[in-house]
Amino acid sequence: MASIPQKVVHEYLRHDKKFPHVWCAGCSNGIVLGAIIRAIAEMELNRNDIVMVSGIGCSSRMPVYIDLNTLHTLHGRAIAYATGVKMYKPNMKVIVVTGDGDCTAIGGNHLIHAARRNIDLTVILINNNIYGMTGGQASPTTPHDAIATTAPYGNIEPDFDICQLAMGAGASFVARTTAFHAIETQNYVKEALNHPGFSLLEVVSACPVIYGRMNKKGSAPDMMKAMRDNSIPLTAYEKLPKEQTEGKIIRGILRREIRPEYTDEYAKLCVRAQGGDNE
Amino acid sequence: MASKTTKKAKPVETIKEEPIEIRRQMRLMQGNEAVAIGALDAGVNFFAGYPITPSTEIAEILAYELPKRGGVFIQMEDEIASISAITGASLAGAKSLTATSGPGFSLMQEGIGYAKITETPCVVVNVQRVGPSTGMPTSPAQGDIMQSKWGSHGDSPAIVLYPDSVKESYELTIRAVNLAEKYRTCVILLMDEVIGHMREAVALPDVANIRIISRIKPTIPPNWYKHYDENQKYLSPLASFGDGYRFNVTGLTHDQLGFPTNKKVEAHDMMERLRKKISYNIRDLVQIESRDMEDAKIAIFAAGITARSAKSAVAAARAEGIPVGLLRPLTIWPFPDDAVRKMLRNVDIVIVPELNQGQLIQELKRLTKDKADGDLIPIQRADGALITPLDILRVIREVH
Ligand SMILES: Cc1ncc(C[n+]2csc(CCOP(=O)(O)OP(=O)(O)O)c2C)c(N)n1
Ligand code: SF4
Repeated sequence: MASIPQKVVHEYLRHDKKFPHVWCAGCSNGIVLGAIIRAIAEMELNRNDIVMVSGIGCSSRMPVYIDLNTLHTLHGRAIAYATGVKMYKPNMKVIVVTGDGDCTAIGGNHLIHAARRNIDLTVILINNNIYGMTGGQASPTTPHDAIATTAPYGNIEPDFDICQLAMGAGASFVARTTAFHAIETQNYVKEALNHPGFSLLEVVSACPVIYGRMNKKGSAPDMMKAMRDNSIPLTAYEKLPKEQTEGKIIRGILRREIRPEYTDEYAKLCVRAQGGDNE
Repeated sequence: MASKTTKKAKPVETIKEEPIEIRRQMRLMQGNEAVAIGALDAGVNFFAGYPITPSTEIAEILAYELPKRGGVFIQMEDEIASISAITGASLAGAKSLTATSGPGFSLMQEGIGYAKITETPCVVVNVQRVGPSTGMPTSPAQGDIMQSKWGSHGDSPAIVLYPDSVKESYELTIRAVNLAEKYRTCVILLMDEVIGHMREAVALPDVANIRIISRIKPTIPPNWYKHYDENQKYLSPLASFGDGYRFNVTGLTHDQLGFPTNKKVEAHDMMERLRKKISYNIRDLVQIESRDMEDAKIAIFAAGITARSAKSAVAAARAEGIPVGLLRPLTIWPFPDDAVRKMLRNVDIVIVPELNQGQLIQELKRLTKDKADGDLIPIQRADGALITPLDILRVIREVH
């Protein structure tokens, strides 16, 4: 909430370590970082008990800047490293910050299996529809016909709907918002962190410097406005006729259900293996 | 599947679940079983892996044993996930291990490099099979000797151990875990398929008599903590996630605190630290077995199962009055340079049998100084068959 003062946000930043950060002016990554910090502050979580894990990409640079236990891993592998951390220390909150390429291309296998296991990780996927860090190659979420450096004639591939993918794989909490909706992002981060099971939050975001420029999306504020205008809440979506929802980004909690969580199941298995009875 | 590959291949037996107390008594034990028990005795409490012949029994035994002790067993979606999970778990404080074979070992290379650059303790057991690619899944080979050192991109000094018996598989597994903890790195245990699946009579020592090393934990206040503290003779204390230290770990070249850097001085310091922690501790790391070498004019240099054949060949040749000896590395990386140089100086001929197209012999060539050094005679095969004692004995007789 706006009730978290900026001063508090600063307290969570490693201001004396690696600032200035690497992100371009106008990038959405900072907005998501702010939202995560405000969510953590609002929930009054003990930072010693939070691990933030990321892969490789602009978005995955986030852990370096935030004063938590932080683990910047390999391209695509954040969820697998996070699984190791969570299995050994199930009481820690494990947040994965990842990009569309990191999580749905090279890391797609880990995403679907973590979702299937329903292990209690909170995956925050910043979807800028492009490989930002490497300079604008097509990702699995680059829209059909969009331009990328590796799709100079337009992208002929269909794009993933990340939330559908996660739900199909069994994720028990799935939500989507955009970086324009900073407060909503913060609230969904909280919901996701509170959810006992695998949660995925897709934050549709803007990479004005690479994706925006290549695809003539205008300035960073223009891209922000587009996120505002092209997205609708799930509640509205369900009421509107199809013509008016075509091509819109649906925001909202798309799934929230309770099913057996993996580290809980593992703890029960240990009791059984030790001769106890927990059935 | 396995039995289709070669006519000789026997189907893998499923290990019957037995209480560990029974397993400890003098009995016939399989190499892979010895590795699993060694891991438990060393304090391993986290295993993540993906099934692959001929290493799978290690995962199967640990799937049965770890939950009984409150440890973690998880079957991951692939080997990349497995090395990632054990590294993550180690950073959270676990003693972690995975086991695999050729194709899986190849997939793990990027993650092994990550564990090394981040100085995170973990152990990878590679029960070698014939390669390249899928090769011959149930047949022995020693083709991963170079990969175990150079498999990951960039310079990354390696610690690789290589047992030649079931008993030693147990001992070196414990040593691998100990060295991983002490040197904060990914240690590799190279096994031969034959040793992994062979049964030998083994009595395990009392756990109370085993020396176990665990990472040093920091005692200083969090704001003084450096994840890579240069003042600690390159073996610095290691905090775990959740201990209150809130450090950063990255696979990017980093400074002493663990934050990414592009500064040449800091990059240099990091690389030197990785190198020196191995090269300044050679005496602690290198182990060799030297047999009948005092008066030998012919030496055999061999590792793992090939050294077993060599031992029989040496005994037979000695019975014929031929002065032959054996030098065997238990630590294959770092390479036992000093012992090999001494051997090259003292003998006329060194026979180098190995189950590949010439990997160990390259290291001996590197160490050969001049004509006065012993000549190198290779015996090589990479077709899934073993080099027998007779194969070696014949060469000994020829060169004598
Ligand atoms: C194994 C491997 N392959 C490729 C790369 C190069 N690489 C670095 S970041 C990246 C793409 C990142 O895109 P995304 O995950 O969408 O994050 P963004 O930079 O857009 O935030 C790639 C391909 C790498 N680091 N490692
Ligand atoms: S390249 Fe794009 S995603 Fe990366 S920092 Fe710049 S604006 Fe952000």
